[in-house]
Amino acid sequence: MAATAVAALNRIRASSVLDIVGLILVGLVVIWLAAKFADNPQRFLDVTLIGLTVGATYALIALGYTLVYGILQLINFAHGDVFALSGLVAGTIVVSVFGLDADSSIPLIIGGLLLTLAITMPGFALLNAAIERVAYKPLRNAPRLAPLITAVGMSFILQNVGLALYGPSSKSFPNFIPRTDAIEIGGVAIQWNDIAVYSVVVPLLLILTWFVRSTRQGKSMRAVAQDTDAAAMLGIDVNRTISLTFLLAGALAAAAGLVYMLQFNMRYDTGFELGLIAFTAAVLGGIGNLQGAVLGAVMIGLVQAYNEGLDGTPGGDWTRTIVFAILIATLVFRPEGLLGERTPEGA
Amino acid sequence: MTSIAATLDPRRVETGKLAAIILVGVGVIYPFIVADLRDLPLIGDFIPGVRSMVYVLVVTMMALGLNVVVGYAGLLDLGYVAFYAAGAYAAGWLASLHFSQVNFHFFTTATDGLQGIHISMWVVLIAAGVFTTIVGILIGLPTLRLRGDYLAIVTLGFGEIIPQFVRNADEDGLGFNLTNGVNGISPIDTLGFGSTIFNSDQYYWTAMVLVLLTIFCCIRLRDSRLGRAWIAIREDETAAAAMGVPLMRTKTWSYAIGAFFGGVAGAFYASFKLGANPSDFFFTFSIFLLCMVILGGIGSIWGVVTAGLILGYLNIEGLANIGAKMQEAGLEFDPTKYQFGIYGVIIVAMMLFRPTGLIPERRHKIEIEEGVHDTPFYDVQTEGALTDRDPRDD
Repeated sequence: MAATAVAALNRIRASSVLDIVGLILVGLVVIWLAAKFADNPQRFLDVTLIGLTVGATYALIALGYTLVYGILQLINFAHGDVFALSGLVAGTIVVSVFGLDADSSIPLIIGGLLLTLAITMPGFALLNAAIERVAYKPLRNAPRLAPLITAVGMSFILQNVGLALYGPSSKSFPNFIPRTDAIEIGGVAIQWNDIAVYSVVVPLLLILTWFVRSTRQGKSMRAVAQDTDAAAMLGIDVNRTISLTFLLAGALAAAAGLVYMLQFNMRYDTGFELGLIAFTAAVLGGIGNLQGAVLGAVMIGLVQAYNEGLDGTPGGDWTRTIVFAILIATLVFRPEGLLGERTPEGA
Repeated sequence: MTSIAATLDPRRVETGKLAAIILVGVGVIYPFIVADLRDLPLIGDFIPGVRSMVYVLVVTMMALGLNVVVGYAGLLDLGYVAFYAAGAYAAGWLASLHFSQVNFHFFTTATDGLQGIHISMWVVLIAAGVFTTIVGILIGLPTLRLRGDYLAIVTLGFGEIIPQFVRNADEDGLGFNLTNGVNGISPIDTLGFGSTIFNSDQYYWTAMVLVLLTIFCCIRLRDSRLGRAWIAIREDETAAAAMGVPLMRTKTWSYAIGAFFGGVAGAFYASFKLGANPSDFFFTFSIFLLCMVILGGIGSIWGVVTAGLILGYLNIEGLANIGAKMQEAGLEFDPTKYQFGIYGVIIVAMMLFRPTGLIPERRHKIEIEEGVHDTPFYDVQTEGALTDRDPRDD
């Protein structure tokens, strides 16, 4: 039974009917969105903006997954929890160390947030690299499942560190960035809050792109990702490069933690779900591909916003199901992702 | 028995057998002696009640099912809780008041004339297993093509979707009340014969029989042609395929059989708890089961049973008991709050320091010690070494 079904499935794949089905589905979604836009452009654009802002946050986390996967082929389950813990710590620093609150002056707020980033980003970069050294490095030669299982264990440990330090309640920033309209472009009001998010995310993405494209270290990262053996033979220090990748991923996660706190509440276990969403984004864009991770994250952010903000959708109760359905559909229909190249993993 | 048993040290087999017989013997008389044991000084407070023991046995059975998937076939399944949910809801559909628009009775313990479908729980146990097997195959078919870690994330996805689905699949969410939403399905019929229904002790014995049956099946499966094919896939998928092992079919079987045990255990536990409630089905439960498999030893039946008993006990009662003792001693620490952190530490520590588990499975031990050649995690073996060749071969 199963075998014939599988054979049938393979035949279908070969004739790429699945691709056509997938394209038709995507087309239907686009038509539906166009109809929604025609129906109520204002609302549609507002929701789109929400989706973009959320997607920008997801992008920072998704990049961490994709960087690590690209170089080690490891799904770093603990990454989402590094992000959550960094957000909680950022909350403490902002409130207890800098004493920011809703009445603080604007330079103080900007300076305080930047200094917080200057503390959390290196701190969590080191934490992430330390996790790699302690938990993953000894298992590099073990069967492939071993580090994956360890990553799951690390994820739970980090979650419980968050629980021990911050308790089971949600934490948030004081409301020091007013949620009032800053500028209006084409009828869409952009809030100060959104601007704060973009002014962290966009420079970081540019710096990362520059780093990976143009610096010596970035080149060695790409070389190790392509072919570890060949890179090692050409004198690239593989271990150092891997540590560097984890440093970068940790720093991005810390930035994402602060950006997330600007928008939402954080709990010790938020990182688990956010991590899965971000991982889905990374897979959707093509895991191992940096631009893909950003694209996937924005798309997931939009899907989530449309699902929760527009009428006639399944609604917020089903968001998780929809995101995972996208993950599964991507892996089945196009395992290499939107921008990735077909790898032996998926094919 | 076949090759694996034969190659083991005969004395070890004898000791193992003896230990198993003693354990089963104590297990059988446990409900009669539990009251006396609880009066003992010092350890008395730590003795689990019979109801807790049912839970312990149920999770042990699920861990054995997960062991078929993770341990034998080497497919990391992070969504096993989906099978538990499927089994529990299958029991809810077939033996409760839920579908009150239908009226169907079949050798049930429910009173005559009661609304809803009421099929004998014994039949439901099997039916739930079969239903869950089908769910497992449906999940498996599109995903088992993927290798290792992708599979893990997809099963994790299903493990998240199915609980959310059962939470939402009611009148509001689906337009048809399939799972009764957040309230879950309750009450579910009890096991029993005729009109006599089982009490906790009888449930406990039934759970024991189920676990023993599962152990028996696991041993026979491990030594069967299928089981050897699973282990071949676990060790080296490419080589197994080259030797003519049909990958998809073999993997799907492991998924299906693992799901079957999960479904039966889920239905049984739902009947014991008298309900299927969406709050039982969280990702953490999958990790809890995975922790048993890792702690006991991947692929090792007796290891998984041991770890299942230990962790099951800790989860239902042990940690709370230890916490109570610590608080009596003046320590402000509640281990139940950090149970998953504790499981996380166990997982990481085992993987780093004793990846073969408490009671290693011989074959798996060789894999860990000598390494396998299935897509190495990263090809540079040690710092400075350039190939994935074993240095001892040079």
